[in-house]
Amino acid sequence: MAQSDPTAFTLSEARDALRAKQLSPRELTEAHLKAVSNARRLNAFITETPECALEQSKESEQRIQAGAARALEGLPLAIKDLFCTANVRTTAGSRILENFVPPYESTVTRNLWNAGAILLGKTNLDEFAMGSSNETSWFGPVTNPWRAHGRNDDLVPGGSSGGSATAVAARLALAATGTDTGGSIRQPAAVTGIVGLKPTYGRCSRWGIVAFASSLDQAGPMTRTVRDAAIMLGAMASADPLDSTSVETPVPDYEAGLESGVKGLRVGIPKEYRVTGASPEIDRLWEKGAAWLKEQGAELREVSLPHTKYALPAYYIVAPAEASSNLARYDGMRFGYRAKGTDDLIELYERTRAEGFGREVRRRILIGTYVLSAGYYDAYYLRAQKVRTLIARDFTRAFEQCDVLLTPATPCAAFGHGEKTADPVAMYLNDVFTVTVNLAGLPGISVLAGL
Amino acid sequence: MSVDSKTVRRIARLARIAVNDGEVALMEKELNALLAWVEQLAEVDVSGVPPMTSVVEQRLKMRSDTITEGGRAADVLKNAPLSDEGFFLVPKVVE
Repeated sequence: MAQSDPTAFTLSEARDALRAKQLSPRELTEAHLKAVSNARRLNAFITETPECALEQSKESEQRIQAGAARALEGLPLAIKDLFCTANVRTTAGSRILENFVPPYESTVTRNLWNAGAILLGKTNLDEFAMGSSNETSWFGPVTNPWRAHGRNDDLVPGGSSGGSATAVAARLALAATGTDTGGSIRQPAAVTGIVGLKPTYGRCSRWGIVAFASSLDQAGPMTRTVRDAAIMLGAMASADPLDSTSVETPVPDYEAGLESGVKGLRVGIPKEYRVTGASPEIDRLWEKGAAWLKEQGAELREVSLPHTKYALPAYYIVAPAEASSNLARYDGMRFGYRAKGTDDLIELYERTRAEGFGREVRRRILIGTYVLSAGYYDAYYLRAQKVRTLIARDFTRAFEQCDVLLTPATPCAAFGHGEKTADPVAMYLNDVFTVTVNLAGLPGISVLAGL
Repeated sequence: MSVDSKTVRRIARLARIAVNDGEVALMEKELNALLAWVEQLAEVDVSGVPPMTSVVEQRLKMRSDTITEGGRAADVLKNAPLSDEGFFLVPKVVE
């Protein structure tokens, strides 16, 4: 199918059009670079890489001409600025890494380039992926390309992968990478009307991704269709000797798996998710989704996940604890920002970290330090880890009765800039439906509904 | 449990983050709000439940004890705030 504007293609359509030589990788890349530069008001990108993109498109031209196209040959992508890219600045949305240029490539991005993909640039995100609205970035907030019915103000794109979500929703990139520690792929995907897939923990290597909470972090694709998510995951996933938690299982052909449909699929509706305070609008969409599945031949049944309400508080102990440990490396000595005007070592550490980290990151480091400190470790951290075991057991029991679960991704639709920044706990509640699967290491996908 | 300003200063010192008086007051308020919210975990009966430290049910992989990389001092120093003659420059550590 021919498109007059190449940015209107989905990833799979663009792939097929390139292979049919209906357009060239260069044309496709130039169209997306133009879209990126025309949409700077959205602040989706921290760093644009047009030279790199055009250079990569040359090799793709040759490969396609030679009939040797790889899985993502010539397809322009946006990469969350949490994935280290060799010789391309990687900031994690933080002042402390404002000028950091990694000499190495993350495994996920290396896999993408080995599959022939093209780098348009690095996308904006909440600082160190800590946030649900992309408002904690040192590089400023991102704007959702959508507006609400009857409102004309800018809305947030969700977070932390807000720049990636906006880039895909606004057709600046065919697809993007995200990372999801408590909902950072699925929540922004949901509030920008795209598909966001958090794979099973360990499916994508964490090597070269700036660490937030290592037992929860997982990379995944953000796309406009489910098929595109399948194609992207196939390229991103690998068993990686550089990540001891990466899963050894071979990567299947996810795209081929799309053909099997949902007939006979046992879909569980967790009853505890009804009482967790979603807006009536979200509840209606959830019911609609269940009806769609039923029409397609799926079998619906109610299941119970009794510890659901404890997932978010457990997460806000476990994740900051791991973050406080991971972020100890930013001391201003070997790389990153270093404060000026003192020769005292301790003062230099303290000022470097006070000036280099934003408010939300400092808050989480302090929480993490507190729950790990002597006298509080058992009461907070150890207890939260035990609750985590109970949450994982809930899922194991539920999956004895069903194959998948259908839940809302977010408790509300996109909100305005500044609406939830005053109250940290109110912002954290955005992750109430997504965080459970991170704690259990399970996969989750948010799909379009309600547009 | 709740924290006071002295505790906020102590954990800020442990975390190596400088805090001024205004920040201490704000952090005290925010940390207490958060701790009050996570307090609900105390309702859960966790007796006999093992803590979960990993979601991956696989043994840690072993690798041979050999050098796999090296000789990249220039790359390692490339992002250093200050360096000289192949070394990081840091404030005086030993008096």
